[in-house]
Amino acid sequence: MTSQTQTAGRKPRRRFMSSETLGKVVALVVLALGAVVMVFPLAWMFSSSLKPLAQIGLFPPVWIPREQVQVAVGESTFPLYQVELEGETRALAMVDKQGRVGTYVDPAAPTELIEASVNSAEPLYRTRLRWENYLEALTVVPFGTYALNTAKVVFGSMLGMLLSTSLVAYGFSRFRAPGLSVLFLLLLSTTMLPHQVTLIPTYILFSKLGWIDTLKPLIVPSFFAGAYDVFLLRQYFMTIPLELDDAAKIDGCGTLGILFRILLPMAKPAIATLAIFHFMWAYNDFFNPLIYLHHQSNYTIALGLQSFNAFRATRYDLLMAASLVTVLPCILLFFFAQRIFIQGIVFSGVKG
Amino acid sequence: MANSVTARGPSRREAFTAYALISPWLVGFVVFTAGPMIVSLALSFTEYNVVSPVVWRGTSNYTNAFFGDPLFWQSIKVTFVYAALSLIPGLVVGLAVALLLNLSIPWLSVWRAIYYLPSVISGVAVAVLWQYVLNPRFGIVNWALSLVGIKGPGWLADPNWALPSLALMSLWAAGGAMVLYLAALQGVPTALYDAAKVDGANAYHRLRFVTLPMISPVIFFNLVMGTIATFQYFTNAYVMTGGGPNNATLFYNLHLYNHAFRYFRMGYAAALAWVLFVIILLLTLVIFRSSTAWVYYEGQLKAGRS
Repeated sequence: MTSQTQTAGRKPRRRFMSSETLGKVVALVVLALGAVVMVFPLAWMFSSSLKPLAQIGLFPPVWIPREQVQVAVGESTFPLYQVELEGETRALAMVDKQGRVGTYVDPAAPTELIEASVNSAEPLYRTRLRWENYLEALTVVPFGTYALNTAKVVFGSMLGMLLSTSLVAYGFSRFRAPGLSVLFLLLLSTTMLPHQVTLIPTYILFSKLGWIDTLKPLIVPSFFAGAYDVFLLRQYFMTIPLELDDAAKIDGCGTLGILFRILLPMAKPAIATLAIFHFMWAYNDFFNPLIYLHHQSNYTIALGLQSFNAFRATRYDLLMAASLVTVLPCILLFFFAQRIFIQGIVFSGVKG
Repeated sequence: MANSVTARGPSRREAFTAYALISPWLVGFVVFTAGPMIVSLALSFTEYNVVSPVVWRGTSNYTNAFFGDPLFWQSIKVTFVYAALSLIPGLVVGLAVALLLNLSIPWLSVWRAIYYLPSVISGVAVAVLWQYVLNPRFGIVNWALSLVGIKGPGWLADPNWALPSLALMSLWAAGGAMVLYLAALQGVPTALYDAAKVDGANAYHRLRFVTLPMISPVIFFNLVMGTIATFQYFTNAYVMTGGGPNNATLFYNLHLYNHAFRYFRMGYAAALAWVLFVIILLLTLVIFRSSTAWVYYEGQLKAGRS
């Protein structure tokens, strides 16, 4: 994309490495170090989600979850140690411990009892990933209910948003009427309005309607077209030639037919951008569920995770498993729709 | 419709259709924007707890905020300090990564994805994760510091470190700004760099006199939006610190939330919301005014200056 920038001023001198190549190598090293820092917390989250609780609080941390090897000796099982005896190291099971002295046996020859200081013994570990943490994390709280509520909110409001935004953007891009341009300016000016200014009367309105502790306050407002979405889609509609509308009209398309058969199919990239950014916003929204939902049976995932965190702050094994499941849809969406994300953020600035 | 070639202007039918189509927004504007704005302005002069009747209090909510509520000033301070602590390093890091990625190095899309990914995920899960990462006893940040012989602070538990902790966490999401800067960098015409080189400009000169002036509108935009976003900052503070310790992370929005939904002082909270609105308006105005000194818009002729 920008290769010309760097290759233009090449000097005729021959060196081991041109300063430009050297610059790129340095850049790559710096980027790689930074990338490690970026990935670290996520790797840590994944690692911790597979640990037993006892390994959560270890310092220095254990990166690969493990457990001590147990061996069967006779009818019971005992932990296995690496014991240093007279210069050689042997894997022995500890069957008893008195003070600082442990009694060990060789699992292969369990009749001989060996006594050695516990200082000379190191526990033997093997990797053990506790996938069952996920099952526990998702059942110890009603995660399925949270997920269902979240799906209702996210997709219900997405439907409302897409429907109303399409109609309004169509109205603002294809028709003339007195006062319409003034209204469009009004619409643009509301994008700068902080939501707190309308928050309290809106809350009072919903409470008077009896909608507190229902999902309605999180879904219904989306059916009334947000200013930002309308602006984005309207700009896209403006780039679609009017000749297409005319052709459709001649073929007998009505007003709504032009919108649904011509404009929307052509505006698929814009619709995808709107849908994805709406998903990210609604899925991660915490403030609105917090003020409108009270009972656990109505919680969304974000709210459920927060209450899990508030009441079981020490269970980082389960919290990390639940958090990972929570961010997974966003991560997957990001990888499948990376281009839209990057174009979207470039178009929309910092929203999302 | 819009393309009918009549000189008489729009027909009544067309106007009717237009208004019918935009009616969802119009209704929403009245019910969810204009109406609530008026009501909230009126409420800000009252005392109201949703259950008891409204009591008129004149301007006492406003005078109380400015002269009788030390936490109001604390929340203003927290918000501005955080804006400075997060936006400036975020600008530096985001821009630095963007500049590196603009060197036409291999695997651009891979790097971009890695740096951008953390800014895509947000919300409670990330707050919980960082609570754990910043744990003073067994978090990986203090572990990484211990590797180089530094004993890490108490982070979120320490009143002096709680706000820097949140700023550090925001750096993790600097990739959002990075993508913006990268797009801006790729829009700088190559000819400008060539011309600068002909004039003997070195790498620093090219950055200082070509790159930065050319992308300053994006930097400016990002700073304005970032400052405004800081006044909306809520989830991390609520989940990770609850405003503590000792109100060290009492963000403005959290203060407002506490009054509205914990103490149910709707009148006072409405007043706080209007103060917030005015602050954001002023900020936007100040930044826009000062921008003429340092923001370069291509093709712009500074009338009356040159």
